[in-house]
Amino acid sequence: MFSTVKERVGEVLLPGDEFSFEAEENISLTVPVKSEKVVCGPGLRRCGDRLVVCKSGVLRHKEPNVFWIDSQQRRYVPAKGESIIGIVTAKSGDVFKVDFGGSEQASLSYLAFEGATKRNRPNVQMGDLVFAQFLIANKDMEPELVCIDSSGRANGMGVFGTGGLLFRVSLGLVRRLLAPQSNIRSDLEHLFPCELVVGMNGRIWVKSASVQQTLIIANLLQSAETMTAQQRQQLFRKVQQGAF
Amino acid sequence: MEVCGSLTVSLREFGCEQSLLSRTDGSASFVQGDTSVMAGVYGPAEVKVSKEIYDRATLEVLVQPKVGLPSVRERSQEQCVRETCEASLLLTLHPRSSLTLILQVLHDDGSLLSCCLNAACMALMDAGLPMSCLFCGVTCAISTDGQIITDPTAAQEKESRALMTFAIDSAKRSVLMSSTKGSFSVHELQQCIAVSQKASEKIFQFYRDSVKRRYSKSL
Repeated sequence: MFSTVKERVGEVLLPGDEFSFEAEENISLTVPVKSEKVVCGPGLRRCGDRLVVCKSGVLRHKEPNVFWIDSQQRRYVPAKGESIIGIVTAKSGDVFKVDFGGSEQASLSYLAFEGATKRNRPNVQMGDLVFAQFLIANKDMEPELVCIDSSGRANGMGVFGTGGLLFRVSLGLVRRLLAPQSNIRSDLEHLFPCELVVGMNGRIWVKSASVQQTLIIANLLQSAETMTAQQRQQLFRKVQQGAF
Repeated sequence: MEVCGSLTVSLREFGCEQSLLSRTDGSASFVQGDTSVMAGVYGPAEVKVSKEIYDRATLEVLVQPKVGLPSVRERSQEQCVRETCEASLLLTLHPRSSLTLILQVLHDDGSLLSCCLNAACMALMDAGLPMSCLFCGVTCAISTDGQIITDPTAAQEKESRALMTFAIDSAKRSVLMSSTKGSFSVHELQQCIAVSQKASEKIFQFYRDSVKRRYSKSL
């Protein structure tokens, strides 16, 4: 099965496409059977002894045996460990309710900030932007966010955002921005200095020296979704040469 | 719209476009001849407590006619589309959330329900909702002299003695939903199902080609 899946890497697959185990014609009695493991990522599901595609997209592969479907989506579904930008909507007792664009609001305990104790409460108001990561995120339970990592340090998370602009993009663009060698990010670095917070729920916060520059960067990122690499580089060069 | 011969099944020209609306989570427009329907999908989103189901997503379908307010005919079309979508979506992956599918009829020249089904399937794929299989809609009309016409126009539908719409799934080509009107024999029904299953191959191939074209930019 590993070989049948590997041959189709890079192809566009639709929901309902299957990969099944091939029955071996000749079973060798002398050579021991190697067990092949296939790790399924998003977009692939196991149905009995078949692997079924459940989203449309391109099949990708990462060594040694991880396969997933790369699809273009706008709606975010929470997953454990992902860092997102949320907006605090309510304070009920000891817990903040945070809207991150999913099907329900997540809860963020006031003790989940660096240096927070029962006497020393964090300064979080309604409407604040928080950069947090999911501690609990599955389909059966209410999602829970925290602003500290496992060792108790903030590590860049917490309340942020005086000034600046928050806008929405597709999830694919966010993944491309956060990839280790990102072309878009290196192109942006040559433009103007700016502060950028990227949440995996498709929200980006930008702050630059002036309002005009902030708006330019926001427009560039939103239009970079539908462009090829060359068109994007041309556009960035044009903006760089424009007088500001 | 052509009269079906013994082996060949001919359908009107299709066209489809995905991701055309900017505020929805998924959208698609499907054109069959002159009939054209636009679909928009929102979800998985928040659901009202009165409508939430503890182990599955709640699917709501709304069909908006071109002129006027939705009436009983639109309600029955909504039910047909909803049953088909619920059979092919993996609703158990998003419990206590809502999926909303809105279909806007842009022009009706026959085979409206099957055009709605096709637009719905492409919009659900565009939104990235997990599906176990794809589905497509095919309409057959039986004319007064007993010939089977696939994908009829409005004029052909008016002159027919029976009109049937089937939703066919991509995995086993089985019938997910059927909506019929008029009088016909059992033998004619079985013939129409066979003809629809054959026509669905073309539609699934068309889905594959459009999705390939859409992802070709980022490959």
